[in-house]
This record gives sequence, structure tokens and C-alpha cells, in this order.
Amino acid sequence: MKLTKTLMATTALTVAGVSVQAQDMADSMTLVSWGGAYQKSQVNAYAAPYQAMHEGLEIVWDESSAEAVAKLRAMDEAGNVTWDVVDVVAADALRLCDEGLAMEIDPDEHLAPAPDGTSAEDDFGDLLVGDCFIPQIVYSTTFGYRTDMVPDGVEPPNDICDVFDLETYPGKRSLEKRPINNMEWALLCDGVAKDEVYDVLATEEGQQQALDKLDTIKDDVIWWSAGADTPQLLADGEVFMGSTYNGRLFSVIEEQDQPVAMMWDAQVFDLDGWIIPANLPEDRLARALDFIYFATDTQRLADQAKWISYGPARKSSAPLVGQHADLGIDMAPHMPTDPENAKNTFLYNYEFWADYRDDIDAKFQAWLAQ
Amino acid sequence: MIQPKPVSFVAPVVGAAGAFAGLLVGTAQGVPLLGVVAGAALTAALAFLWLEVFRKERIARWITFLGFGVAGFAIGGLMGGVIGLAFGWLFGWFIFWLGEGRYRAKLPPYTTPLQVFYHFLFRVICGLIFFFLITPIVVVMPLSFNAEDFFTFTPEMLRLDPAGYSLKHYRDFFTNDDWQQAMWNSISIAPVATLLSVSFGTLAAIGLSSEHVPFRRPIMAILISPMIVPLIISAAGMYFFYSRLGLQGTYWGVVLAHAALGIPFVIITVTATLVGFDRSLTRAAANMGANPVTTFFRVQMPLILPGVISGGLFAFITSFDEVVVVLFVGSAGQKTLPWQMFTGLREQISPTILAVATILVTISILLLTTVELLRRRSERLRGMSPG
Amino acid sequence: MSDTTETTESGPVLSADGTPLKRSLRRALRAQKMRALALIAPLLIFVLVTFIAPIADMLFRSVENQIVSNTLPRTVVALQDWDADSGELPSPEVYEALYDDMFLAAEAKEHTRLGTRLNYEQTGISSLFRSTGRGVDDIGEDHVDALEDLDEAWEDEAFWYTLMTGGEGAEPNTALLEEQRRRLADLTSDSFAGEIGFVPGQAISELLPQTARAYTAFALFTVIADEDVVAEEEPWEAVKVALIQDLKAGADVAGYDGPGAAELVAAQQMVADLPPIDFKAAFLAEDEDWGAIENWKTIQVYSPEFTSGYFLNAVDMQKGPDGPEARPENQQIYIMLFQRTLFMSLVIMGSCILLGYPIAYLLSNLPVRTANLLMILVLLPFWTSLLVRTSAWKVMLQQQGVINDTLVWLGIVDDASRLVMINNQFGTIVAMTHILLPFMILPMYSVMSTIPPSYVRAARSLGATNWTAFWRVYFPQSVPGIGAGSILVFILAIGYYITPEIVGGTTGTFISNRIAYHISSSLNWGLAAALGSILLAAVLILYWAYDKIVGIDNVKLG
Repeated sequence: MKLTKTLMATTALTVAGVSVQAQDMADSMTLVSWGGAYQKSQVNAYAAPYQAMHEGLEIVWDESSAEAVAKLRAMDEAGNVTWDVVDVVAADALRLCDEGLAMEIDPDEHLAPAPDGTSAEDDFGDLLVGDCFIPQIVYSTTFGYRTDMVPDGVEPPNDICDVFDLETYPGKRSLEKRPINNMEWALLCDGVAKDEVYDVLATEEGQQQALDKLDTIKDDVIWWSAGADTPQLLADGEVFMGSTYNGRLFSVIEEQDQPVAMMWDAQVFDLDGWIIPANLPEDRLARALDFIYFATDTQRLADQAKWISYGPARKSSAPLVGQHADLGIDMAPHMPTDPENAKNTFLYNYEFWADYRDDIDAKFQAWLAQ
Repeated sequence: MIQPKPVSFVAPVVGAAGAFAGLLVGTAQGVPLLGVVAGAALTAALAFLWLEVFRKERIARWITFLGFGVAGFAIGGLMGGVIGLAFGWLFGWFIFWLGEGRYRAKLPPYTTPLQVFYHFLFRVICGLIFFFLITPIVVVMPLSFNAEDFFTFTPEMLRLDPAGYSLKHYRDFFTNDDWQQAMWNSISIAPVATLLSVSFGTLAAIGLSSEHVPFRRPIMAILISPMIVPLIISAAGMYFFYSRLGLQGTYWGVVLAHAALGIPFVIITVTATLVGFDRSLTRAAANMGANPVTTFFRVQMPLILPGVISGGLFAFITSFDEVVVVLFVGSAGQKTLPWQMFTGLREQISPTILAVATILVTISILLLTTVELLRRRSERLRGMSPG
Repeated sequence: MSDTTETTESGPVLSADGTPLKRSLRRALRAQKMRALALIAPLLIFVLVTFIAPIADMLFRSVENQIVSNTLPRTVVALQDWDADSGELPSPEVYEALYDDMFLAAEAKEHTRLGTRLNYEQTGISSLFRSTGRGVDDIGEDHVDALEDLDEAWEDEAFWYTLMTGGEGAEPNTALLEEQRRRLADLTSDSFAGEIGFVPGQAISELLPQTARAYTAFALFTVIADEDVVAEEEPWEAVKVALIQDLKAGADVAGYDGPGAAELVAAQQMVADLPPIDFKAAFLAEDEDWGAIENWKTIQVYSPEFTSGYFLNAVDMQKGPDGPEARPENQQIYIMLFQRTLFMSLVIMGSCILLGYPIAYLLSNLPVRTANLLMILVLLPFWTSLLVRTSAWKVMLQQQGVINDTLVWLGIVDDASRLVMINNQFGTIVAMTHILLPFMILPMYSVMSTIPPSYVRAARSLGATNWTAFWRVYFPQSVPGIGAGSILVFILAIGYYITPEIVGGTTGTFISNRIAYHISSSLNWGLAAALGSILLAAVLILYWAYDKIVGIDNVKLG
């Protein structure tokens, strides 16, 4: 008990920014993320500088974020949690928090204040959804299209409803193989007002209406399930337009130099960030908190935008966003939060989907399989 | 009954083949009809020329080979040249194969022409099936030299332009920590899993092959079941159960899971070898005073070794190529090559996985050759053993 | 042989050491059996532990449903007498029990897990439980405030501790402690074992049963989950609410003389003037969905410890008030997926037979060395990574892929109307036929290479045509090979997951893909287990048939 208390005290000291002896913190740490370019940006912006500060620290990356909730639940059942810091989307963070699988975070205690002294809570603002989630980036799910496949004499698509317009824009589309986002877009393009979408979607008729709208393009849709699918399909010319995360499209357009352009209309904002699993042993918890404190400060969040086009979650980071590390182009215009891009955005409703996911998904999958 | 065939038979057959080839070339150029006629005429004329006028096989075939190549280059650039060379070699060989009557060399002399036709038709069908089996594997190999980061044949690649090719994906494989880590994990997991399945499996197979085993069928059924149960069910079950035992996400968890999956292969191959095993040999050894351990290692083991090795290779490949179970049972520290490939397919577009595949296929060919050599050796040994 | 020895008139035949031969032989036989079993045992145990046990464990999840009765133990009991068809909401007692259960579940953060579980059956329960969990400690707030205003002792952790232990040397009620320990262990699946430095007093737990119960649960949770000291923590609101309920119920406080007797008497007098706590209204205020009969019906229907609900769901049915009923048509999917899995596996098996038979025939009729070389062509794909072969088919089949490019280049297909060969059933069938073909060829080959060529020659020399000789003489002898290969391919195909996922699109996916989805995305593990059980049962029947027809030890691999 005494030892516990001592260690707890140490933890408190650590998070208060006071330097502590290295042996109080575990010298290896497992970070869970998504792999690919996103993980690379995290390595460059967070892990590498952190490791440079702490010699002898070993960081293991696990690319299991897609299965994070399932795996954490199984680990918890077994009482053997092997992860230290986990990168998840906000919806999963809420779920983990609800189930008591993620540790509750006190933003002002556990996170660094902004350089001008603004508290972390105010700096992150509304993005602190739930009690366990530490936001990192704002990303959006939006559309990209092949510029060389736009029919002659037609404006390039710039409206979400162009996705449903097969006459003007013939060709295949790629959409994610789940109801989330697709149902909302379908209703938006079927005459439902933006702020009524979720009310309509809560009814049987509304769900059917969305599916009927999707039915009009069903034969021309390739359904994707992994983040790499749409970029590959666009690069191959397999599809004319497809939905995916905006950072993936940035990479296809700017880094791979493919004839693809963005369509920002009705982009759906979502958040991605860290959680710390509940009930970690003291030394690992101390390490995880120390890392989080470092990795979510203003400068680090702004640094990440050098490698990937996702918006930093802190208000104070936005002015610090600079140029791409390799290409040397300005990153600000590629951020989903850039005013030019965010003219018409759509907010994802976490509560709604927590309730309706099972039900609508069953219908959606049944519809898909027909 | 090899004897030269009359040109009146050879020329039309070659012409028909030529017409087909001409059709392909012609449609590609947008003039199918001309292609058919030209192809048929050209090849039939060649057959007549080589068989009746200038019957010097070696020189004639070289001329055909190079001539077609030059013609192809003239029509379709570098790629056309390569295709032309292939056609040239094929027709040069075909004309003399028919003309000299070599095609009957391995057939009984009494076969009728129709039977000969069916015989070769069958061979062609089999060839197409082999083509179906091999093409996908061959196709990905050039893509692994792609200079771009997508799984697509770029126009540069089709033109055989060196700029379209690069070794960067191989470089990536050998320098990227993720891939190297994955490779080492695979190399450290697969052999241990194989060792476990082979040692347990061989013992059990020997037990199973003795004449009086109670409950033989149910035991066999249980031991073979890892091969039969759908992988997703095995993976999920192991995931939950191993979590509870604290094995999930550990090296030994993955090794045990893979060992279980490899066991059926060892059991099947070793029991199959033991069927042909002459039991009087062990009795003779025992008679002469050898204890069971000596008998096993000095008499039984050398004779069933090929079966054990081939079972071991199957078990090894099972572990080395397994992705579903390791995704569930493993964690970051046990990320194997297939896992890395799977994430590669899902999360980042990179033909590096094709480079890995090419390397693995090469290794597979080496392994297969080893198995083949071992089998030949075993047959020699079996041939010498009494009974 | 032993039978005959016994019947010989000269008595039993004796072996060299003088024991009857029969016994001696039997002993030898037994020793042999034991030796064989001893050789098999390590592997058998290994497979049972590493493979069979995990599968059995997983399949058990398809009927397991303790979560409802573990999370809401009192509610479930109280709800038993409620008649769902009456059209009325459950009685106030049910709501009171719900408060008690929900408070502890919310503290332990288990309520949302149950919400997720019940949301599979009734949309909206997930958020109902989540929002209630947030607000449950406000229920009865006014009463608790009144109690605390009356006497500061009710906010004093030490006072509570003494009250509930009954003071120094009071008779302890270990039964209650153990009962609550079990309750928490059931709720959280931790053992909650260990010394907590608190045992409720016997006298106080008879006087204030609800309070003692609630306080004991609080004490256990404080020490074991929060790692704090009971006497240093103020009890939860739920403990105070329980006290108010106990006092309202007319606890005989006057006859009690343990510690805190005076405070209890005063509290009872104060409470008597307050209106009773209306739990029902409080829950309805928290979330109006507590007034929906549908939600209560779901809790009642899924309260038993074991359920057939997952299996019903797996065959597109659901539990209704009058037993199983079909799901709404727009949610029916699993039967169709099972049918599709069977149908496509059959087609794949058929195409494997068509393509595999000629190859096996060719290989078994060629000289051994040539055959072995060609065998490498068969085995090469078999040994190449499954992922690579699948992605290779993607490269081949897609609209801008190798096959379409070739066809367009040859002018056979117009550039604008490229063939759609992937993300549908065709793609899955082609790719899986390719992947499973070696499994067909190998058993066929091993059967065909044992067929003596002399039979066919004999038939021919007797005047049979080629076709008759093949069809009437050769083919029947090769049937066991076809059978072996077919069942092997079929069994493997039916459980495939990765290939359909990558090339199957929406119409070419199998039931395994849904199982994987429920395991890793929707987290409906019970349904995944039920689907898996059905699939496994199908495979086991085939496996049994395979064993009957071919014998499991007759499989040969190269």
C-alpha cells in the first residue's frame, strides 16, 4: 500500500512536469495506431523526439487500432492489458470509456497548457468528447475524383449530390462498406435538411429512404473496407470518385502525383486521438502519462501536420502549421478545417450511432447482400 | 515411328495455327481479317520453304526466330519485338516438330490420327490449366519492380522502358524496420512451431500406426481437426481462450497456435510413410538386442525421415503463411510477414508486398526442389530395403 | 487362436514362463496398446488444450447470457412476475430494484456493457443505459439532502463505519459479506477476494437489511477496486437511499441500542414526514424510454442465464413474446449467407473437379520424373502466400487489370465496356478455385497413380472405344480420389475468409466474413459464436462423411 502511494505520488509529480528518476517509469512502451502514413507521421512528430529525450526507451508499435475495442475488451477479460497508449477514433474512445476499459483523463492535470497559458481544457475546447479521450487530429471523410475521367464539357463534381448523379457523372464510385456517413449523404441528397438528418434516420421510413437513395447507384458502387482501398482504386482508374479520409487523398494527389482532385462538399468531420487503457501498472501508467503530456502539446500537434494533412486538435496549434516536410508545400490549405474547405461540413453524431449502429447495420448489410 | 510427314499435311496445320496468331496480331492493330490471311499465308509459306526448299533445321529455326523478332519490333516496338521472338521460336519449332513427325515419338505406333489429335488436344487443355495455375504468380513478379507505388502496370512498364522499373520495393523490404522485424518474427516463430508439431506429431503417428490402438478413429479425427475447422473459428476461439490464459499477445501463444495448426500435416504425411514401413525391421533390431530408443533412431527414423521432413515443411509453410490466427492471437511483438503483408494491403499501398512475395516464391521453388530430391532419395532407399 | 487353445483337451497351452499362453498374449497386447497410447498421449493432450478447448470455450458464448442477471440481479427477480402483455409498466418495486442494481453497475462501469448487449435486441437501450448511468446518483437527491441536513453524522465516514460494523465486538455477519462479494464478482468478473477491513454487524443487518447490503457492496468496491480504506470514505448515495427506504419500511429502530441508535431514531422521525421516493418517476425523468414497454420486455425476455437468442438471430429469427418469430424481412441476411456459402462452395468444388481431373490424370500417366517436375507447378501456388495469390487475382481481374487490358488490346472487348470480373461472385469463385485446386489435385493424383494401366489396355484390346474404356473402366476406379478431393475442397471453401473479403465485394462474401465482422467490429461475440457453431456443425457433418467414405488416414498430400 505504501509503495502504491509513493508511486501514485510520483505519477502526480510526473504529470506536473517535474523531472523524475527514469527507473520510476517503464522503459518500454507499446503504442497502438493505424499503420501507414498516419503512423509514420506520429513516429516523426511524437515518438522519435520523445525517444531522443529518453535514452534507452523502447517503443513498440502495434497496428491494431482498427480492432482496438475488441482486443482491449478481450485483454481486460483476461486481466492482461499489454498496450500502453492506444490511438482510436472518438466513437471507439467513447465506447471504451463507457465500458470502463479506458482511463479517465483530467485535461488540466494530464495535458500541457498552451504556450500562452490557456488551459488544455479550453485549448481543446469541444473536441474533448467523453471523459477518456485525448484528441489529436481532426480528419474528415470526403470524396476524391479522377480529373481525367470528368466527361467533356461538364464541370468537375463539387456537390455531394454529384455522387448520386449517374447521368452527368457516369462511372464507378467507391463507398465505405458500412452505413455510417453513406446514410447521411443519401438523405442529404434526397431533400432532407441538414439538421433533420438524424431525426429522419431514427425512423424506419427514414432508413428505408436512405437505402432507396443508395439503391439508385448500387450497381455502380465498389464497397471498400480498408483505408488503402479508395486511393488504390482511384490510382488504377477503377473508380471515378470515392470516399476516403482526406489525408489519404492528399497523399495520392500531392505525394504520388496522380490525376485526382478533392471534393470537400459535405465532408464529415471526425476526431482521432489517444486513450490510456484502464488499470495499468504504476510504472507503465507513469510512462504513458509522461508520453501523452509531451505528445499532445501545442508544438507536437502542429508538427504532425508536417507529414500528414490532418488538422491539429488544439486551437493554439493551428497558427504553427507549416510546410510539408518533404514536399515543402504549405499544409494549411490542405487541412479539412481550412475555411475554404469547410464551407459545407457535416457533423457526425456519436450518440446516434452508438444506439442505432446494430439495427441500421443489420438492415444495411441485408440490403447490400441482396 | 518417326518419319517425315508430307508438306501437304504440315503446311495447312501450321497455316491454321498461323491464322490464329495472325488474328491476335491483326486485332491488336485493328485489321483482324488481314491478320488472319497474312498469318496463315506467311506461316504456310514458311513451312513449305523450310521443308521442301531449305531443309536445314538449325539455320532455318534461327532465321524464323530472328525474322519474326525483327518484324515484331517494326510493328510494335520493344514489346512487339519480344512477342515476335516468341512467335518465331514457336513456329520454327512447330514446323519441324510436325514435319519430321517427332510428335509421334512417344505414342504407340498403332494410334490412329484421330487418337493422336485427341492426345494433343488433351495436352493443350492441361497446358491451359497449368497456365491458369501459374499465371497469377508470374504476373505479380514484374509488378514488384514497379517504379510507382501502386499495383498497376504502368505504360512505361508495358513499353519495357527501364524508367518504369526500379528495385525500390526490394530496397524498402531490406531497409524498412517493420519488414525486417516481421521477417525475424516469422523466422523465429515458424521453426519452433514446426519443431513442436513434428516432434509430437511423429511420436503420435508412430503410436497410431501400431496395430492395436484403441479409439483409433476418434483420436485421428481430433488430431486432424485443426485442418478442418474453419480458420476464423479457430482464430476466435484461441483469441478468447489464450487471453484468459495470458498467452494472447505472447510469443508462445503464437507458437502454440501455429503448432496446433501444423499437426494434421505431420500426422498425415508420417502415417502415410509408415504404411509402407516394414515392421519386421524393428523386430529384427529388437531381436538383435537394440533397445527401443536405439531402434527408433537407428532403424525407424532414417526410413521415415522423408515423410517427417515433408510433413515438417508443410507445418513450416502453414506457420509461415498464416495470417488469420496470428492477427488474433499475436500482438505487435509477434507481427509476422503475412501480418505485415495484410496491413500492407489494408493500410498502405505498397508493392513491397509483391517484392516479398517474389522472394518467398523463389524460396518456395528452392524448398520444393529440396522435397523432390529428398523423395528421389527416399525412393532409392525404399527400393533397397527388404520387403 | 486363443479360443482354440482353451478348447484343447490337454489343458491350456503354456508359454515359456509357465503362464497360460492366452493370458500372456493378452498381457503383451495390453502392453502394446499402452505403449501406443503413451506415444499418442502428449499430442492428444496438446491438441485438446491448444485447440479443442479454445473452440469449445468460444462456442459456449453462443448460449451464455449471464450478463443480464449478473448486472441487474434484483431487477431480474422482481421482473419475473410482470406480465408483458398487460400493457402496463412494471411495478414500483421493479424500479426500486433497478435503482439498486443500476447504481452499483454504474460505479463498476458495467452498465454500458449490458446496454451494448441488449442493444443487439432492442435499438436504443445502449444510450438508455448510458444516460441513466450518468444520472443515477441524482435519484433520491432531495431525501439524501434532507438526511444530511438533519445531522452531519450522515456525511461522516467514520460514523457510518461504526454504525455498519455495529461497534467493537459486535457479532459479524460474514454471510452477507460473502453474498455481496459474489454479487460483485459476478458483476465485474474479478474475484473480489481479499481482506477488506470491514464486516457488517449481525444486528444492524437484521435491522436495516437494505442499508447493510448496500454498504457492504460499497465497502468491497472501495477497498478492492478503488484501493481505498472503507472507514475513510463517505458512502455512496445508494447507501443513504437504502437507509431511507429501510426506515420508511418501518425498521424497529426504537428497539436497537448499538452505535448510532439515537441518530437512527431521529432520522426515522424525519423520514416519516417525507413523501416516499418515487423511483419510477425518477427513472422516467432520467430518460423517458424507461416508460417504454418494449425495453422492459427485452430485459425480461433476455433475463435467463442461457439464451437461444443468438442462435435464433443466426437463422434470421428473434425471440418474441410468444416464442421464436421471423425477423423483419429487411433484416434477414444469415440464411441467405449460409445458402450462398454452400452454393458457392459447391461451384468452387465443381470447377476444381473439372480443372483438377485432367491434371491428375496427366500426372499419373506420365513417367514419374516428368510428373514430379510438373507437380512443382501444382505445388508452387500451394506454397505461395495466400495474400499474394489473392492480390494477384485482384491485379488480374479488375477492370483496368491484366485480363481486361489484354482483351482490350486484342480488340476482343471494347475499351468502354470492360468486363466486371471482381467484387462479385465470379471473382471469388475464380480466385478460390485457383487457391484450392492443389487440394483437389493431390488426393486425386494419389488415387489415380494406384490404378493399373493394364485394365484400360485390356478393355481396349477387347474392342472398347477410347471413351468406353475411360468411362466404364478408368473413371469408376478414380471416383474415390474425386470424393476425397471434393470433400476436402468443400470443407476448406466453406470456411474461407480472407479471399472473399478482398475480391468478393458484396455479393461474393461468405458467412465467415460476417463472423469476423461480429468478432472485431460489432463486438457481438455471442452472435459470432452462434454463426460459428452452425458453420462448424456443417463442417463436422462433412468431416464425418469424409471419414466414412474415404477414411481420414487416406488423405495424401504430395
